[in-house]
Amino acid sequence: MGSDLLQYTISGLTIGMIYALVAIGYNVIYNVTEILNFAQGEFVMLGGLFAVFFVGTLRLPLGVAFFGAIIATGCVGFAMERFIIRRARDASVLSLIIITIAVSILLKGTAMFCWGKDPYVLPAFSPGGPILFGGAAIQPQALWVLGVSALIVICLTLFFRRSVYGKAMLACADNPNAARMTGIPVRQMVLLSFVLSAAIGAAAGVVITPISLMEYDRGALLGLKGFGAAVLGGLGQFHGALFAGAILGLAESFCAGYLSSGYKDAVALVLLLLALFFKPEGLFGSSEAAKLKKF
Amino acid sequence: MRGLGKSLALVVLVGVLLGGLWNIVIPSQVGAAEPYKIGAVFSITGVGSFLGEPEKKTAEMIAEEVNKKGGINGHPLELVVYDDESDTTKCNLAVKKLIKKDEVPVIVGPTRSGETLAVVSVVEEAHVPLISCATSYKIVTPIESRQWVFKVAASDAHVVAKLFDYMKAKGWTKIAIMTDSTGYGASAREEFLRLAPESGITILADERFGPQDTDLTPQLTKIRSTQPQAIVNWSVGPTQIIAVKNWRDLGMDSIPLFQSHGFGSKKNLELAGKAAEGVMLALARVNVGPILPDGQPQKKAILDYTKAYEDRFKEPISSFGGHASDAMNLAIAALQAVGPDPAKIRDYLEKTTKFVGMHGIFNFSPQDHNGLSKDDLEMVVVKNGDWALATW
Amino acid sequence: MSRKDWGIFLGTMLLIGVFPWLVKPFKAVSHYIDIMVFAGIFTLISIGLSMLMGYAGQISMAQAAFFGIGAYTSGILTTRFGLNPWLVMPVGMLLAAVVAWLLGIPALRLKGHYLAMATLGFGVIVHIVLSEEVNWTGGPSGMADIPSLTIAGTRLTSEIAYYYLVWAAVFLVLLFCFLVLHSRVGRALRAIHEEQTAAEAMGVPTARLKVQVFVLSAVLAALAGSFYTHYVTFLNPGSFNLMWSIRFMLMVMVGGMQSLWGALLGTVLMTFVGNEWLQVFADFEILAYGAILLVVALFLPRGLVSLISQGFGSRKVRPSLADGSS
Repeated sequence: MGSDLLQYTISGLTIGMIYALVAIGYNVIYNVTEILNFAQGEFVMLGGLFAVFFVGTLRLPLGVAFFGAIIATGCVGFAMERFIIRRARDASVLSLIIITIAVSILLKGTAMFCWGKDPYVLPAFSPGGPILFGGAAIQPQALWVLGVSALIVICLTLFFRRSVYGKAMLACADNPNAARMTGIPVRQMVLLSFVLSAAIGAAAGVVITPISLMEYDRGALLGLKGFGAAVLGGLGQFHGALFAGAILGLAESFCAGYLSSGYKDAVALVLLLLALFFKPEGLFGSSEAAKLKKF
Repeated sequence: MRGLGKSLALVVLVGVLLGGLWNIVIPSQVGAAEPYKIGAVFSITGVGSFLGEPEKKTAEMIAEEVNKKGGINGHPLELVVYDDESDTTKCNLAVKKLIKKDEVPVIVGPTRSGETLAVVSVVEEAHVPLISCATSYKIVTPIESRQWVFKVAASDAHVVAKLFDYMKAKGWTKIAIMTDSTGYGASAREEFLRLAPESGITILADERFGPQDTDLTPQLTKIRSTQPQAIVNWSVGPTQIIAVKNWRDLGMDSIPLFQSHGFGSKKNLELAGKAAEGVMLALARVNVGPILPDGQPQKKAILDYTKAYEDRFKEPISSFGGHASDAMNLAIAALQAVGPDPAKIRDYLEKTTKFVGMHGIFNFSPQDHNGLSKDDLEMVVVKNGDWALATW
Repeated sequence: MSRKDWGIFLGTMLLIGVFPWLVKPFKAVSHYIDIMVFAGIFTLISIGLSMLMGYAGQISMAQAAFFGIGAYTSGILTTRFGLNPWLVMPVGMLLAAVVAWLLGIPALRLKGHYLAMATLGFGVIVHIVLSEEVNWTGGPSGMADIPSLTIAGTRLTSEIAYYYLVWAAVFLVLLFCFLVLHSRVGRALRAIHEEQTAAEAMGVPTARLKVQVFVLSAVLAALAGSFYTHYVTFLNPGSFNLMWSIRFMLMVMVGGMQSLWGALLGTVLMTFVGNEWLQVFADFEILAYGAILLVVALFLPRGLVSLISQGFGSRKVRPSLADGSS
C-alpha cells in the first residue's frame, strides 16, 4: 500500500515537472507581452523531435543533442516572434489568441511532414535499470526530469531577479511605454522572451522523450495542461507554476491510481476551471496585480 | 486596397466555379471496354493514418496488378480512393460522393469502426455493398439492418476468445486488463467484460487511460496490487510501448503481458527493444507469414503479398494492409463473377465461402457478414526481437 | 433590418432555394447538396459564434462541446428512451443553455478573455465525458442506429428534404438574430464592442448581455447538434473535439466575424474547402488550415465580406454588411 503511494507520487511528480516547465514557458512570454502563447506545447514536441533527429539521424552524442534541440527550438521561437507576432503588434487580444493558435497548427503540421506520424524514442540520459526504493521503482530518467526542472527554475529566478536583462523584461510587462522611455528596447525583450520560452519548452521535451516517447501531435494536450498549471499557479508566477505543475501531476497520478484512470485527463482541467472561477488570480498570484492585467 | 479586394474576390469566385466545372469538362477515359469501378474510403490522414496509409497503398497496388493482367474480364479496373481524414462527417460525405458522383457498384473501407458506422445507413439506403476494414461487431450486427455491409477484419470477440483459450490452457484465470480510451480500446474492453464470465475468467482490474498518456505506472501499480495471473494491454500508438517499458521497469515481468493485435508491427518491436521479450499476442496470419507451417493454405498468398508490398514500398507489411487486400480481392472476385451490379455483388459476397485471404479463410453467410472465426488467429510471442509461434 | 439587408436576405434565400436544382442535373457536382446539408448545420453554429465573437467580443473554444451536448442529448433520449426526436430537440437546447449560463456567469464577470480559457478547458472535459460514460454515450466506439427525423409519418432520409429543413432553420435563426441586433440589445452590444468602459458608464449591463449572447450561441450549437444526429444517425466523440471548435472559429473568421453574412459565407466556403477542394492537399490540409487562419488573422481581420463589400459596393453597403447596422 505504502509502496503504491510512493509509486504514484513519483510518477505524478515527474509528469508534473513537465507541466510546470510548460507553464513557466507561458509565464515568460506572458510576463513580457501579456500574450498567451497557445503554441507553447508545440515547443515541447519540437524539442523532443529535434533531439531525436540529432541522436538518431546525425548520430550526435546525447549531450550535444540536448543543447542542439534547445537551440533549434529557440530559433523557431525567434522566427515566430520576428516574422509573425511582430507583424500583429497592433492586433486585438482576440486576434493574437487566434494567431498563436494558427502558429501551433502550423508547427504541428510541419513536424508531421518532417518526422511523420510515428512516435520516436530517445535513449535514457544515464544507463541502468530502475532504482528500487521502498518498494517503488524509480526510473533514473525521472531523476533527470526533476533535476533539469529544478535547474531551469533556479536559473530563471536568478535571471529575473539579478540580471539587467531580466529586470528589463519584467519592466516591459508592467508598463511597456514607461519601459521604452527609460531606454529599454522593448521589441528585443519581447523577442528574447519568445526565444527563452521556446528553449524552456524544448528542454522539457528532450528530458521527457526517453520516458514517454514523442510524436508530432503531442503538443496540444501538454500545452493545455501546462496552461492549467500556469493559471492555477497565477499567471506570471514562476514558483506558483512549479507548485501548480506538481499539484496537477500528483492529482492526475492519484486519480489514475485510486479513482478512475479514464478521467485522469479531466482532473487538470477541472482544477483549471475551479481556479478560474474561484481564484482567477491563481493560488500564488495577487488579486491586486490581476486587476491591472489585460488578460 | 480596393483593387486587391476585387481581384481576390474574383479569384475566390472563379475557384468556386472551376471546382464545380472541373469534373464536367474532363471527359472520362475512353477505352475499349467500360471500366469497372471500385470505390474506396480510407483514413489516409488524421489519427487513423497509420491504418489507412497501408490500406491505400495495398488497394492501389492490387488495382495496378489487375490492370497489368488485362483487367477484370477485359474491363480495366478503376479505383476511386477518397480520404476520410479519420473523421465521421468527412467519411459520410466521401461515401455519398462515391455513390452519387462516381456511381461505384461496390465500396471498400472505411478504415475505422466509427467511420464505418457513420455510413452504414447511407449504403443501406442507397443499396450499395460496402466491405469495411474495421473491427467492431456492430458493423455487421444486427444483420437485419446490415444487409449491404460486410467486414473483413476479425471481430474483437474473436481475438479476445483466442486469448482466453490460451490463458485457460496455461491455467491463468485471474487477469487484469488495461485499455485506452479510443474506439479500439473501448470496443475490446466491452468484449473482455462480456466474454469473461462465460469463459471462466475473472477480471480483477479494469484500467483505462488516454491515448496520449505519457506514463502508465499508476495503472500498472494499481494492477499489481490486485495480484493478477496475466495482464492484457489494449491500445494504439505510443502507449503500447510505454506499457511494455513500465511493466518491465516496475519489475512485473513475472506476470505475463499480452498485447492487442495492434502491437503486431515490427516498428513496435524496434521501439520497445529488449523490453518486449516474452510479450504475447494473438495475431492474424498475415503478420507472421514466414513462420507459418508449410502446408498452411494461406501461406503462399501471404508470402506473395508480403513480397510485393515490401519490394514496392520498402516498409514492412501490417495487418491493416491485409484488410485492404482481402476487401479488394473480394470485390474483384465479385466483379469478375457478376459484373458491376450492386445487388448481384451483394448476393455474391453473401454466398462466398472458403475464400483464402490474408486474415483467414472467409465463409460468409446470410447470418454472418464477417466470415472469420478465432481459428483464423495465431498465438505469437516475441522472441529475440522477432515473432515466434507460442507453444500451447 | 435595412432594405439592403432584406435584399441580401431574400437574394441568399433564393440562391439557397434553387441550389439543389442547379447541381442536380450534373453528376459531377450532384453530391454538393450533401456538403450543403452539413454547411447548413455548421452555419447554425457559426451564426451563434459570430454573435459572440463579432458583437460581444468574446471567444469560445467550446462550440463543438455544445454541438455535442445537443447531439448526444438527442441521440441518448431517442435511442434509449424511444422519445420523439422533435420533442427532445428543445431538451438538448435547454441543457446547453443551462451549462453555458453556469459557465458564462463566473467567466464573463471577469474582465478580459477568461471565457476563452474556461471554454477551452470545458470543451476538453466534455470530450472526455463523452468518451468515458460508455453506458450512456457508447464511448469512443460510438452510438449507432439513431432514428431519423419524421414529418407527418415520412422519414426524412433524402438529402433534398433535409437540405430544405436545415436551411429553413438557418434563415429563421438569421432573422431572429437580425431582429436582436436591431433592438436595444443589439445597440448595447455594439456599444460594448466599441468601448466597454464607456458602455458600462452609460448603464449598459455588459456582463449580463455577454452571458446572454453566450447562452444563445450555445443553444444554436445544440440545435445544430440535434440536426446532425438525426441526419448521420451515428455519433462518436471524435466529431466534437477541440479541432472542431477551432474549425468553427475559422469559419467565422474567414467570412468576417462582424457580420452574420460573413459567418454564412465563411461556413459554406470552408465546408467546401475542407470536404471537396482541399482534398487534393491530403496531408497538407492541416498546414493549409493553419496558413489560412494566420493570413486571415494578420491581414484580413474583417474577413472575406469586407473584401466583397469593398469590391462591389462603393457606397453604403459596407457599413450595413460589415456591421449589421442599418
